[in-house]
This record gives sequence, structure tokens and C-alpha cells, in this order.
Amino acid sequence: MSESLFSKKNMKLIKDPLNDDNPITVQVLGICSALAITVKVETAFVMAISVLFVMIGANVIVSLMRKIIPSRIRIIVQLVIVASLVILVDQVLKAFVYDVSKQLSVFVGLIITNCIIMGRLEAFALGNKPGASFLDAVGNAFGYGLILIVVAFFRELFGSGTLTLPVVGKIEILTSLANNTGYEHNGLMILPPMALITVGVYIWIQRSRNRKLIEENH
Amino acid sequence: MEYFNIFVKGIFIENMIFAYFLGMCSYLAVSKTVTTANGLGLAVIFVLGVTVPINYLLENYVLKEGALSWLGEEYATMDLSFLSFIMFIAVIASTVQIVEMAVEKFAPALYGALGIFLPLIAVNCSILGGALFMQERQYVNIGEASVFGLGSGVGWWLAIVAIAAIREKIKYSHVPGPLRGLGITFIICGLMGVAFMSFMGIEL
Repeated sequence: MSESLFSKKNMKLIKDPLNDDNPITVQVLGICSALAITVKVETAFVMAISVLFVMIGANVIVSLMRKIIPSRIRIIVQLVIVASLVILVDQVLKAFVYDVSKQLSVFVGLIITNCIIMGRLEAFALGNKPGASFLDAVGNAFGYGLILIVVAFFRELFGSGTLTLPVVGKIEILTSLANNTGYEHNGLMILPPMALITVGVYIWIQRSRNRKLIEENH
Repeated sequence: MEYFNIFVKGIFIENMIFAYFLGMCSYLAVSKTVTTANGLGLAVIFVLGVTVPINYLLENYVLKEGALSWLGEEYATMDLSFLSFIMFIAVIASTVQIVEMAVEKFAPALYGALGIFLPLIAVNCSILGGALFMQERQYVNIGEASVFGLGSGVGWWLAIVAIAAIREKIKYSHVPGPLRGLGITFIICGLMGVAFMSFMGIEL
């Protein structure tokens, strides 16, 4: 009784995390890194790719091993699997994109304790087949990456007037405006607190469009 | 004086929550009431205070380039620093486990208060973050590292108790529907971050 990989149920695994079940704004997982590395679009992008890779790897491996991992020590087993994948990512980043790796500093290491990964391992990979776990990982990593890139877009655009895209490089968008018309960049956007407020506003907009996410009474 | 400086810096200027957003997930999830927030905060102080010095020793006597020279000449050029993530997280996970068992055995009252939070802490990013910052900043001796661990813990505790108190009060105010719960918490947290930024640049 095999199910096709792109059945309705499986597509839902990919689509839900983008909006209705977004890891950051609805499940409240993986916030630490989402806030800290969103000063530039490029770093956010690299972070999203790294998380995508680690999540797929960890979800599939844990799902393959789910029947032989004793439940008492499962946290340590999961941490070891995730940590090995993160070491791989860290070494690759250091070798190929050294500048970005410097900017991400400790946050690559912190992917290990990124709750998004542990959360999905616990909630999904431990109880599902590798194929479904793979899709779940892809969906959640995209949901995470989406928020990262949106937040980084606004923070970089209003904070420093540029957009640093991967491959393309730095594009100056508001800087000429700043030079000619006396427009000032909002330096506050680059500082840590504005990341929180930007995500807060994102949640506000998302929930006012998608009213079933509104919390009854907190 | 140096110790005091590191301690105060850890609490206010380089606050784990407001300057680095570490441990945000449990920060948002467990800050609904002051009592639970207090319990988790104390557990974090405790675990950071224990694991940062242990990881400091590990870093300086095993992992760093040349750290193994105490084993003999031929090990002096060994560089195991690529293993630091996995070693740190192993130390943290096992310390948390041991601490949990020890507290349960010797201080049942404390276990009652902290018990449920201890396992949660193994995956709290502020603990691993503490270890990684310790590695990055290269403190000169174990005393400085422990003081840094304790200071960051106290900063985290302060932040979570403060937001829990605000969240308890905000229950009674009229928050727009879509902002209710998570949204408003994010924004309050951001505003608190702005306030904490006023400590920036203070040198003691």
C-alpha cells in the first residue's frame, strides 16, 4: 500500500508550514536564529539553506532509525545526528563563503539547538516514514526561510537602503534617495530590537488575513 | 574588578535575550506566569553557571589548537576545534541529565520547583550560545568564564521574569485580535530590547 509522493496529503505537508502552520509565527519554533541573522538578505538566505540541509538530513536519518532509537535517550541521539550535520555545514561555509560564515558567527553552531529541528524530529520524524519526513522537512525549512527572507528584506531595505542578494551582490536602492533628498535611513532597523518588532508586525498582518490563527485568550 | 565587569556586562549590556535573542523559544513559551518563568530562569542560571566552566576546560585542554600539548610533544599541533559543537552539546546534554538526577536525589524541594524545566534546558540555545561565546571571546582563566556564565544566566532570568510580569498584566488590556498572544509579546519584547540598548557602551 504505497502512496504517491505527491498525493494531496503529502502536498499539505509542504504547503501548511508556509502559512497555516508556519514554524516561526504559529508553532513558535526557531526564533532565536531567525531574529539574529536577518540584518542582510544574503546572510538570511545562507542561513535558510543551511537549515534546509540540516533539517532534511536529520529528519530522514531519524525517520530511518525511528524503530531502533530507545525512547529514553532519544534526545541525545537526535542531538548527535544534528550536531554532525551542523559540523558539515559549518566546514562547508567556512571553506566556500568565509565572509558570510564570519557574519553568522555562533549562529551556525546554534542550528544544533534550533528548536525547529528538534521540534520537527520529535513531532514528525519519530513517527513517520522517511518520504513523508523528507517533505515535512522541506516544508518547514521553506516556512522558516520565508520569514527569514521577508524580515531581512525589510530590515536591510529600511535600515541601510541596500539589498545584498546572493550571487548578484549588493544593490543600492534607497541610497541615492538618501543622498539627494535628505532621506535618512532608519538605523534602528539594523539593531536587534527591531527584528522582534518586524516579526511582531508580520504576525499581525498574517493573522488579520488568516483569522483562524487568532488566539482566543492568551 | 574584571570579574565584576564581565558579570554586569553579561546581565545588561550583552543580555542573552535582548542583544542576541538566545533562548527565545522557551522564553516565549514559558513566560505566561511569573512563577514558572522564575523557575525556568533559576534553572538556566544554574546550568549556565555549571556548563560554561566545564566547556572552558574542555576547550582549553582538549579542543583548541595546541591544547593537547600536555599529553606530549607529538600532540602539540593537534587542532580539534571542528569537534567543538558536538563536544559542547554532549557536555551540556549530559550535565543537564546529571544535574537533574543529583537535584532529584539531594534537593527534592528544588527539584519540585525546577524539575520539569531541566530537560527543556538541554535544547535552550542560550546554554550552547554561552559556550560558543565563551569560545569566541577567549577569556583568560576559568574564573572569568564562570563569571560570564553566571552573568548571562542572571541576565536571562531577569529578562524572562520581566516579560512574564508584563504578560500577566497585559491580559487585562484590550489588544487587537490578530496581535493577541504571540504578536504583542514580540512587540513588547522589542520595546524592552530598545530599553536595554541604553546600557550599550557602558564600561565599568
